[in-house]
Amino acid sequence: MPRPADNAGPADPSAWPRARLHVVTGKGGTGKTTVAGALALALAADGRRTLIVEVEGRQGLAQLFDTPPLPYAERRVAVAPGGGEVRALAVDAEEALLDYLDMFYRLGTAGRALKRLGAIDFATTIAPGLRDVLLTGKVKEAVTRTEQGRRARGRTYDAVVLDAPPTGRIARFLNVTAETAKLAKVGPIKTQSEGVAAILRSPLTAVHVVTLLEEMPVQETADATAELAELGMSVGSVIVNETRPALLDGAKVTQAELRRGLTTAGLPADRATVAGLAAEVAEYRSRLDLERRLRDELARLDRLMLELPLLPDGIDVSALYSLAETLTKQGVVAA
Amino acid sequence: MTAVDDVLSGRPAASPTLDVDAIIGDPSVRIVVCCGSGGVGKTTTAAALGLRAAEQGRRTVVLTIDPARRLAQSMGLTELSNTPREVAGVDTGNGGALFAMMLDMKRTFDEVVLAHTDPAKAQEIFANPFYQAMSSTFAGTQEYMAMEKLGQLRATDEWDLIVVDTPPSRSALDFLDAPQHLAKFLDGRMLRMLLVPARNGGRSVLRLMTASFSLVGRAFMKVLGTELISDVSTFVSSLDSTFGGFRQRAERTYRVLQHRETAFLLVAAPEPDAIREATYFAERLSADRMPLSGLVLNRVHQVAAAQLSTDRSLGAAESLTAAAESPQTAAALRIHAGLRRRVARERSVAERFALAHPQVPLSAVPAQPADVHDLDGLRAVGAALGDAH
Repeated sequence: MPRPADNAGPADPSAWPRARLHVVTGKGGTGKTTVAGALALALAADGRRTLIVEVEGRQGLAQLFDTPPLPYAERRVAVAPGGGEVRALAVDAEEALLDYLDMFYRLGTAGRALKRLGAIDFATTIAPGLRDVLLTGKVKEAVTRTEQGRRARGRTYDAVVLDAPPTGRIARFLNVTAETAKLAKVGPIKTQSEGVAAILRSPLTAVHVVTLLEEMPVQETADATAELAELGMSVGSVIVNETRPALLDGAKVTQAELRRGLTTAGLPADRATVAGLAAEVAEYRSRLDLERRLRDELARLDRLMLELPLLPDGIDVSALYSLAETLTKQGVVAA
Repeated sequence: MTAVDDVLSGRPAASPTLDVDAIIGDPSVRIVVCCGSGGVGKTTTAAALGLRAAEQGRRTVVLTIDPARRLAQSMGLTELSNTPREVAGVDTGNGGALFAMMLDMKRTFDEVVLAHTDPAKAQEIFANPFYQAMSSTFAGTQEYMAMEKLGQLRATDEWDLIVVDTPPSRSALDFLDAPQHLAKFLDGRMLRMLLVPARNGGRSVLRLMTASFSLVGRAFMKVLGTELISDVSTFVSSLDSTFGGFRQRAERTYRVLQHRETAFLLVAAPEPDAIREATYFAERLSADRMPLSGLVLNRVHQVAAAQLSTDRSLGAAESLTAAAESPQTAAALRIHAGLRRRVARERSVAERFALAHPQVPLSAVPAQPADVHDLDGLRAVGAALGDAH
């Protein structure tokens, strides 16, 4: 099933970025949450511990790992092959703000008063960029947490995987300093966002873009790659999801040959069946040509390319383990 | 459509069929809202519906948010355009016309400000850093402005039909929530608190915070900083009248969405995530008493060689391979089996939605071999939608 990127660009497994924070983005519908989950599992192999974080309030991770809705707390959602574990966290901007206030200003009660005033609502939904500062701030805290730290309580991670917003919003989401610079010239928001921005632009962070071999996702992958580079961040790898083995590569199939083959196999070889099969093959071949062209476009981005196969029976927890194994075989390992 | 066709098309047999032509052909329907999660072909569906309505004789405008470059080109939208432009190449023989526009949220926001203040005050507002940030990056600005633009288009009474493509939000629900969010903010105690110091000339911000609000005020200052608070305060007071008008219009638009003149079309791909989102949205629409006309199941795969079952095909492929006979037929059978499994998976996903919402009419649009980026492609999608029943 797993197929190496045979006709694709650079696939040197040693090119897998040695980062602590792996940001996973991709056009909507490309399966980025699934890929993020498989990545978290792969990075947790051999006794490591990873945290997977979601920030869009969709409870996609709970569905992926088949667990009840996640609270704003780090919960174990899976055990990794060879020991190790994956924990998951659903970051809520409002909770993150109260958490932040409590952590730095010890404002337990005042925090609740702010909520009654509508200030928390304001800060998390109305004030531009602030929401993203809070969400990425929480991710930064998880990445830089140390065993000795005041709040660590033995919850440090070998890697953190962020199931990030889709490609259309990823640059804005990650570009926290620019957003807040428009607003806060000084003060804690500025300090906080600068801290986050420094981590995101350091070798501690790798941004991965999930795509399908379809026109729009490939176009958005190219756009996101350019946008991120402009912001001083770069794409760690392009992960091509739902690839299928290329059957019939190059071979011409005539209806006469199909009729002969079907008859030999003892299957009905009436005109409708033969024509139907021929039509399906023709569509498959034009799809394959398109995929080949799109794969070339992706290769031109000159990034490490990983591939994950289309799993015919859909995604469940066992499928996730199989995808994680495929990633491990392509060189994915925690730093 | 026979039962076998239903099985092959992926449309659950139990659901009523969505009659798109009846909707776009009904003169009392003035607005069609296409909603759904990202990546399901919402924009393409909106454009295809608009084209079909125009060619059936209605003066139609399509409001798109962020079309793919080539789709935008096919509608003559080579640059961001905040006013409707007529699309060339449309058959206007039935007396209709197609216009298209792309939402520019900053320009729309600026226009609202200009329409409600004198030019000097408007310049002051445009210069405010909080306004600059809010009008271009505000979480939800796109939703507010889409709603605003829809209200404007409706108010001109220039169109028989307005087809709206909703913003690519975190969730499809953001579009509906935006106006209330704004109203909540404007009616909130915090805003009134912010307005007080500004009305006193802005100098009393600090004093007010520290004296009257002690603990809360200090927390507030710590998080937001004095500078930001005074920016927001000035902004909010200078925009007070504008916002009041905007809120009223947003609420009016929201009520228009509840009228019979509006038809909501949910767009989803036959994938679990998209269907889950569609289910939430269907529930929300019914809770808000908004009319859901149906679900467009986009990019549904179909089987052509219906007689060959998955198991028989795979078995035959194995035996052909083992006997070193016709490798092409063996490959064709494997392709067929893969397609059949995909169709079965898509169908079971669609069945789940149909079971949860048996009253929602459904229409399946076959997967196109390539992305749609010209009028002919849009016509084909429109025909698939219209011919589904």
